[in-house]
Amino acid sequence: MIPELGNFALILALLLAVTQGTLPIIGAAHGIHSWIALARPVVQGQFVFLAIAFGCLAYSFVSNDFSVLNVARNSNSELPIQYRIAASWGSHEGSLLLWVFMLSAWSVAVSVFSRHLPDEMVARVLGVMGLVSVGFILFLLVTSNPFDRLFPAALEGSDLNPLLQDPGMVIHPPMLYMGYVGFSVAFAFAIAALISGQMDAAWARWSRPWTTVAWVFLTIGIMLGSWWAYYELGWGGWWFWDPVENASFLPWLVGTALVHSLAVTEKRGSFKSWTVLLAICAFSLSLLGTFLVRSGVLTSVHAFATDPARGVFILAFLVIVIGSSLLLFAWRAPKVGLGGKFDLVSRESMLLANNLLLMVAAGSVLLGTLYPLIMDSLDLGKISVGPPYFEAVFVPLMTPAIFLMGLGPLARWKQASLPELMLRLRWAFGVSVITALLMPFVMGEWKPLVSFGLLLAFWIIATIFVSIRQRLHNSGQGGLFTKLARQSRSYYSMHLAHLGIAIFIIGVTLVNGYETEKDVRMEIGSTVTMGGYTFRFNGASPVSGPNYQAMRGDIDVLRNGEKIRVMQPEKRTYNASGMAMTEPAIDTGLLRDLYVAMGEPLENGAWVVRVYHKPFVDWIWFGCLLMAFGGILAVTDRRYRLKIHSKHVETAAVADGKRVANNNTGLATGGRKA
Amino acid sequence: MMRFLLPLAAFIVLVGFLAVGLNLKPREVPSPLIGKPAPVFQSQSLHEPERILASKDNLGKVWLLNVWASWCVSCREEHPLLVELAKSGIVPIYGLNYKDKRDLALQWLSQYGDPYTVSVVDPEGRIGIDYGVYGVPETYVIDKNGVIRHKQIGPVTVESLEKKILPLIKELQG
Repeated sequence: MIPELGNFALILALLLAVTQGTLPIIGAAHGIHSWIALARPVVQGQFVFLAIAFGCLAYSFVSNDFSVLNVARNSNSELPIQYRIAASWGSHEGSLLLWVFMLSAWSVAVSVFSRHLPDEMVARVLGVMGLVSVGFILFLLVTSNPFDRLFPAALEGSDLNPLLQDPGMVIHPPMLYMGYVGFSVAFAFAIAALISGQMDAAWARWSRPWTTVAWVFLTIGIMLGSWWAYYELGWGGWWFWDPVENASFLPWLVGTALVHSLAVTEKRGSFKSWTVLLAICAFSLSLLGTFLVRSGVLTSVHAFATDPARGVFILAFLVIVIGSSLLLFAWRAPKVGLGGKFDLVSRESMLLANNLLLMVAAGSVLLGTLYPLIMDSLDLGKISVGPPYFEAVFVPLMTPAIFLMGLGPLARWKQASLPELMLRLRWAFGVSVITALLMPFVMGEWKPLVSFGLLLAFWIIATIFVSIRQRLHNSGQGGLFTKLARQSRSYYSMHLAHLGIAIFIIGVTLVNGYETEKDVRMEIGSTVTMGGYTFRFNGASPVSGPNYQAMRGDIDVLRNGEKIRVMQPEKRTYNASGMAMTEPAIDTGLLRDLYVAMGEPLENGAWVVRVYHKPFVDWIWFGCLLMAFGGILAVTDRRYRLKIHSKHVETAAVADGKRVANNNTGLATGGRKA
Repeated sequence: MMRFLLPLAAFIVLVGFLAVGLNLKPREVPSPLIGKPAPVFQSQSLHEPERILASKDNLGKVWLLNVWASWCVSCREEHPLLVELAKSGIVPIYGLNYKDKRDLALQWLSQYGDPYTVSVVDPEGRIGIDYGVYGVPETYVIDKNGVIRHKQIGPVTVESLEKKILPLIKELQG
């Protein structure tokens, strides 16, 4: 009964999505106010029904209803309750339902926080989001219904993939999807702007916070995925350039470019068509990621059970959504016009160069990801592209981008002077070079690549100092703290996010340069020494978890002969699937991680044990967190909060201005009707 | 106008590759074992644990080795087909009960029918490693000389049975 209710709610949500995707857009084109006014209530209604559908699915999982195929395949009565709930988005069908549910949550957010926007604009934005929603709900109902029944019902479910039975996995997909789906808002704003022909600083200001929030979610989602891979897969790696990881990284790169390009469009009115193109690309890559994961065109550790019918459906959907947006872009963008002019050396040009570098990087990652598919399509053989390609391409592209990252915030808009910039930054450059050259000696061994990585990181940090000092110098009278308080949050947010990149680079550089790894045979009582720590193996004993049996190793960590902690890595075998899982033990520290994983059992209680010493590895994720905090800080900037108080005045002015503009161009509402 | 069409053009090329890619099966890495002698195994029978079965007992006949488990949902999809195939008596089907528990496996067979001449157990998946099993179900066609001639990855379907497996068996039985 409950699954059927869920199915029914999903069908009702589809009908509401169809309404949302048609009437408000037509209403906005013909000035039919009642149709325009429909947008908000329909969005909210759709959210309610999708919430019901999602609730029904979660209920089926929690109540172990193995007559539902999806539950029988992805859950088990022994599965702890939190993972049963998480299993509702562990499968292909469930995760798609989560996708549409989040899309509708974003739509509700737009409908609530858009009171200051012109109604026609909101109607178009929500309409576009409604069309995306139609595609996804149809996809669910036609090819991947999460409520399909199984007759006769299974006695027991086949269990959630043990890899996914982990707290990190409970929140990683929702975060990532919030990011993917969040770009649909920027996309909808861009399409609405193309339809209406209105694309100005106000438009950029509206879409900017939405884009930033989506970017923050995506950053956190990717970070969680990487962290999960590190502590769950048991090989101590944190990024594998796996097709699905790339699928999340591509929208991130383009989204990063978009966040910067929007800044230029808001402040200077330039890059309009470029910004729109980036907004379309960011969301298109989110959709492409969905396609790659679910169609089975690429092999990946993440791949869901695949079905050719699904692949055909998503591809058709991609063609309709992306194809029509790019067509609309080709048709309307030439009329957008250019913004303010700028010199070859200016903040605009540096941001543009950075944008291009990010896009080229995204393009090369995309090429590497699809290369096996392309080769196979052309019948040139089955190959796989691995980390060596991505590292060889990505690092050289990011190096100039990071150099520009230091210059950009110090350069003036419109026109900057290169000699003057060089003069202002000579200390920053000198200090970062010297520190980068000396730092590796502190770590024990000088390596050129480490020195180079550190140079990039210290360059960012040094230029942040120069920028803040200069900013304070130019901000009038008062003490240090008054001056610091006088700067806007968006200014600090930029530096915080950039600092995050620096911290991230330090983490990557040092862990790649100085990590040590040992695969050793350990008898009971034997020891192994690494990075100043001694590990003593005391044997392994059986333990049983709720739905698995495990052998738990007992390892003392000694420093200077003193026992500092006990590490207990496990080797688990899950009851239902028989899958073996390595559960490493990790001792996290600011300057290093100790990482121990159980390999294979040997005779007489001896085991193969993998021991890693990973200096600065946590800085990688800490850097990502700083980037995300930077984004959050940017969204809470004064100008967005102020707008809410003074919205009435502003809305009136903007709406009037817009109507005049539209009449002039004859592109929309009033113009066409007349 | 032309330069604004470039993104669309790039997208069309991409779609072309994706469309072709849909019809390719990257997962079906050609098995290196095809045309090679089937790895020798010796293991307990599922129904009678004291009985030991060896793969060399099957020399001289064409047979199928079907890898299955009670925890495998896709196995249920192909199971009715296997039961029917077994009834027809065209070819003996041997089961490899992969990483399973005996009681669960027996219960599963009594519920859905038992198409297997004999099922051998592989609780640790060791035989599976020799055969390069990377997903359940998988089905191997093995000829009179004990050589693997075909490997079906994923559930056996009506289509794969009629187009590939049955004609091959006929040919091999000659």
